[in-house]
Amino acid sequence: MEPLEQLRARAEASVPGAVLEIVPNACPADPPSLRVDPGHALAVAWFLRDDPQLRLDYASNVTGVDWPETVTKEKARVKRMVDGVVKEFETVVEKRRPGFLEAVYHLYSMELKQGPVILRQRTGDRDRAVTVASLTPVWRGAEFQEREIYDLYGIRFEGHQDLRRLLMWEGFEGHPMRRDYVEPDDYDYEPTPHADVLEKARKHYPAPPAS
Amino acid sequence: MTPAGSMDEGLRNELSRQGVFVVKLTDLYNWGRKNSIWPLNFGLACCAIEMIAASMARFDISRFGAEVFRPSPRQADLMIVAGTVTKKMAPQVVRLYNQMPDPKYVIAMGACAISGGPFKQGYNVLKGIDRYIPVDVSIPGCPPKPEALLHALITLQKRIESEQFAGPNPAPRLARGAPGEYPVPRLGAHDIEPPFNPEVWQPPKLVREE
Repeated sequence: MEPLEQLRARAEASVPGAVLEIVPNACPADPPSLRVDPGHALAVAWFLRDDPQLRLDYASNVTGVDWPETVTKEKARVKRMVDGVVKEFETVVEKRRPGFLEAVYHLYSMELKQGPVILRQRTGDRDRAVTVASLTPVWRGAEFQEREIYDLYGIRFEGHQDLRRLLMWEGFEGHPMRRDYVEPDDYDYEPTPHADVLEKARKHYPAPPAS
Repeated sequence: MTPAGSMDEGLRNELSRQGVFVVKLTDLYNWGRKNSIWPLNFGLACCAIEMIAASMARFDISRFGAEVFRPSPRQADLMIVAGTVTKKMAPQVVRLYNQMPDPKYVIAMGACAISGGPFKQGYNVLKGIDRYIPVDVSIPGCPPKPEALLHALITLQKRIESEQFAGPNPAPRLARGAPGEYPVPRLGAHDIEPPFNPEVWQPPKLVREE
């Protein structure tokens, strides 16, 4: 398998206008992945499948990831003039990363026995710009998995021929695998609740007023 | 004339030695029914694999007369709810139960069918089929062995054998006001509505020990 940098350069040369980014993975065991802009994702996917050195003919897994908005605080040193003397101060800088959703494709080659290449598509945000390109025309096996992602995460796949909910029913509101999904309060009594279930129990049965 | 069922045991034995068998019609009827329970042919999850194993040669559910798995609810006596009932599937299960002719029985097979099992606190699994339809026998296990299903079947057979149609304790389905069919839940915006049928099931009450 060729290095990811080389693969990326060849893909960019093959598909004019495509912007690919190598996304490192914080986990040491996991290989880095290739992020592609949704506008050129389909062309890049055809390249990955048909290129004689890659022949990535099998999408083993398609999944969604929800990245909610995060605010990280970082310490930074700032120089300021105080009474005519330059002094250094430590300040806390808030970094806000807007939320987005991702569709992740794990690609293997059955023909050349190689892989995986991990392909990511990112949406603009979590509410309105949630459309990415469907890769079902390239890998037919992605059809149900893209439907599942649409169902559970709310990513819309442009070019999918049958984009309906898969696990939940038509008329269901919300996307249950999103981190901010609020499930209905349907807890009922269990003799030994623990952990998250205990928390649910406390919310469902508020403590009686002290008498 | 003595009422049926209170016949002298000695006389009965004496008659059977002479080749005359005296039984109540109810007993004869129940004896026939309990030995030909036709289950509905449907499975929902991994418990169904054990149900299939119970119907094959090694465990052989046909020893108990229940091997005729019917693909139509109109011909079935017994519904074996074998597996996880998702909320999306629950209305169909209730509808199938409604379509079965009386007398009908339900076995809830495995942890999921009883209570939702490991998926109980999830967003898409029903917390027990007994919220919508009356369950006669529950089999614990995840999944229960085929022997457990056979045990449940024998338990059900004993129940059928002792069923009365008249007198002080008739079968529950014959009671006055017993529903002919059960309301099919609707798929709502977040959950199925209603979340349970209060005539069949009530949520357990919390007892605080403080």
